Amino acid sequence: MSERLTVFKTYKLYVGGKFPRSESGRVYEVTDKKGNWLANVPLSSRKDARDAVVAARKAFGGWAGATAYNRGQILYRIAEMLEGRREQFAREVADAEGLSKSKAAVVVDAAIDRWVWYAGWTDKIAQVVGGGNPVAGPFFNLSSPEPTGVVTVLAPQESSFLGLVSVIAPVIATGNTAIVIASEKSPLPALSLGEVLATSDLPGGVVNILSGRTAEIAAPLAAHQDVNAIDLAGADAVLAKELEIAAADNLKRVLRPQPVDEVDWSATPGIDRMTAFLETKTVWHPTGSLGASGSSY
Amino acid sequence: MAFEYAPAPESRAIVDIAPSYGLFIDGEFTEAADGKVFKTVSPSTEEVLSEIAQAGPEDVDRAVKAARKAFEKWSALPGSERAKYLFRIARIIQERSRELAVLETLDNGKPIKETRDADLPLVAAHFFYYAGWADKLDHAGFGTDPRPLGVAGQVIPWNFPLLMLAWKIAPALATGNTVVLKPAETTPLSALFFADICRQAGLPKGVVNILPGYGDTGAALVAHPDVNKVAFTGSTAVGKEIAKTVAGTRKKLTLELGGKGANIVFDDAPIDQAVEGIVNGIFFNQGQVCCAGSRLLVQESIQDELLDSLKRRLTTLRLGDPLDKNTDIGAINSEEQLSRITSLVEQGEAEGAERWSPACEIPSSGYWFAPTLFTNVTQAHRIARDEIFGPVLSVLTFRTPDEAVAKANNTQYGLSAGIWTEKGSRILAVANKLRAGVVWSNTFNKFDPTSPFGGYKESGFGREGGRHGLEAYLDV
Repeated sequence: MSERLTVFKTYKLYVGGKFPRSESGRVYEVTDKKGNWLANVPLSSRKDARDAVVAARKAFGGWAGATAYNRGQILYRIAEMLEGRREQFAREVADAEGLSKSKAAVVVDAAIDRWVWYAGWTDKIAQVVGGGNPVAGPFFNLSSPEPTGVVTVLAPQESSFLGLVSVIAPVIATGNTAIVIASEKSPLPALSLGEVLATSDLPGGVVNILSGRTAEIAAPLAAHQDVNAIDLAGADAVLAKELEIAAADNLKRVLRPQPVDEVDWSATPGIDRMTAFLETKTVWHPTGSLGASGSSY
Repeated sequence: MAFEYAPAPESRAIVDIAPSYGLFIDGEFTEAADGKVFKTVSPSTEEVLSEIAQAGPEDVDRAVKAARKAFEKWSALPGSERAKYLFRIARIIQERSRELAVLETLDNGKPIKETRDADLPLVAAHFFYYAGWADKLDHAGFGTDPRPLGVAGQVIPWNFPLLMLAWKIAPALATGNTVVLKPAETTPLSALFFADICRQAGLPKGVVNILPGYGDTGAALVAHPDVNKVAFTGSTAVGKEIAKTVAGTRKKLTLELGGKGANIVFDDAPIDQAVEGIVNGIFFNQGQVCCAGSRLLVQESIQDELLDSLKRRLTTLRLGDPLDKNTDIGAINSEEQLSRITSLVEQGEAEGAERWSPACEIPSSGYWFAPTLFTNVTQAHRIARDEIFGPVLSVLTFRTPDEAVAKANNTQYGLSAGIWTEKGSRILAVANKLRAGVVWSNTFNKFDPTSPFGGYKESGFGREGGRHGLEAYLDV
């Protein structure tokens, strides 16, 4: 009896809740650390990037307007769905990063836990960074954080899954929508994450995942007038500078890459990756004044 | 009807302006290295007030070095000691506020009523507020031991010279940074008087350095490699240039830029109060305010009633001598700004909008522009899109709250907005949908040191004021 031939997966992009191939029809070869062929993946074009912006913009109103509780439940659901596919992700991470099975499993567990961590933040961040301001006058005055909008995320190049989750989760936890450029050499965990997101009640378009040449996809996104912010985690110094200059054209919020020796994706994150993509809105209203005579409350 | 008033000028004897001023570097007034000077004039009379040293690249370098040297000790001071210096400054500003109000009115052209009742009280309050933070930073939500960034390069505009200085310098010093500040070329005087206040307060030398100059001085400061933090308030175009300049560096950047604020009036709004808010929104400081309510969005059903009321109110505004305590509308800050306003207004007429101004006598010297209102404005008109930065209001209409929100948000900017309605839930719903950093409901142009201020979109990023304002100057 011959050994059963396995069924390969066609890795596809994740855009607007659907799984398209690149409109360019291009693919590139992804290998493991030893150079063994793993898959052909879409080599996204600038048109794919623009389509992703349209999808992310379309999804923004609904996602930003969802209750923080609802967003938290959906982020938690992502963790649940990942838990069920631990083995698959451990295998993909092991291949992508050249890790042993057990080490890859630790990385995947940390990534799942990170979704849980951010799931709990959705309805707390506003209380931590917002609040009432005691102005010197008869006014009610309240500052609240609001999502910046559509955020382009250059996922870390080395940490193909924990790093990836660590940059996506804080962006969407607060109500932004994202266009994610997967690790150029190791995009498989990212493309598989799209399949998890699609089955986690996350509205289509909230996260859009593109694989391909980081510099090629990032350039049009950094210059795109309908993108509000960019996370340069996956850019080297030269690319980061180029993209930051392009991003200045419509004053995108820019999160610069951390110096390589300061990056530790396994550490518990602070709130910086959330606050980087939050705006503060301050609303005033007169209070009037009762009991102005001073007689009683 | 016209009201007759006897003149009620504030005396300028209280302020003593020297014929010339140097740069303020390392605690000393000094000449510019290349000896360059420029003149600052009173925009209401075109009288030359003083001759000012103009900082060049060499001076920028010297000032940054002085600030760097001062940083070591200043940042190591206990927060409680830094606080006391700032409290001293706040108190001296209060003591000298009449003098500074007159000075600001002379150099800027804005009415004494505003410098006396708005600018100066806010300046003192801002220093007083941030003084109190200096020894409480570990409670501010930025970690247990938040560190300062180092040398802050700050570039400020001419519309609120001393207030913008306060917004920049107070949080920078409270958090332990040292500063090099460039005031605008048309309004350098109050910053130089502030240098004297630093002297009176005994502030260690080099902690505050003031470099008057033009845009090239600001550009040199922003680009200086030993500056750790850049803070800019001014035009969106210059803000973009600065963002490009600091790209690829580790300099922290905050920008407070232009705006095209929508002031939305619903059909149930109290008309008289709304009219006062509209007037305040666009004619405060001659409309030279980044958060001005320069687009009036009025619900169609009350358009006629509101505009009648508004026009009636505008006929009572008094334009003239800024030092007169009855003056509502002062001078435009510079000839250059006046020509920019004039050209945009001409374009508004050329594009088909209908221009109206109250009968208004314009003084024979100085830079003036009568309060102006445009009706029949569409969203495509330049006067509805570009920041005019002058006393010019564009009136548009809407039928539904959704349409009001869509029109209000249809701009590259996102700094301020106003909402006028008696219905609480509508205020909250509309405020929630507006993409703007400050939303004034049933009020307008209110400011407070505890209240974060700053924009969405191309109005810039970062917040000034309140706990939020500390972040711009901390390594977080």
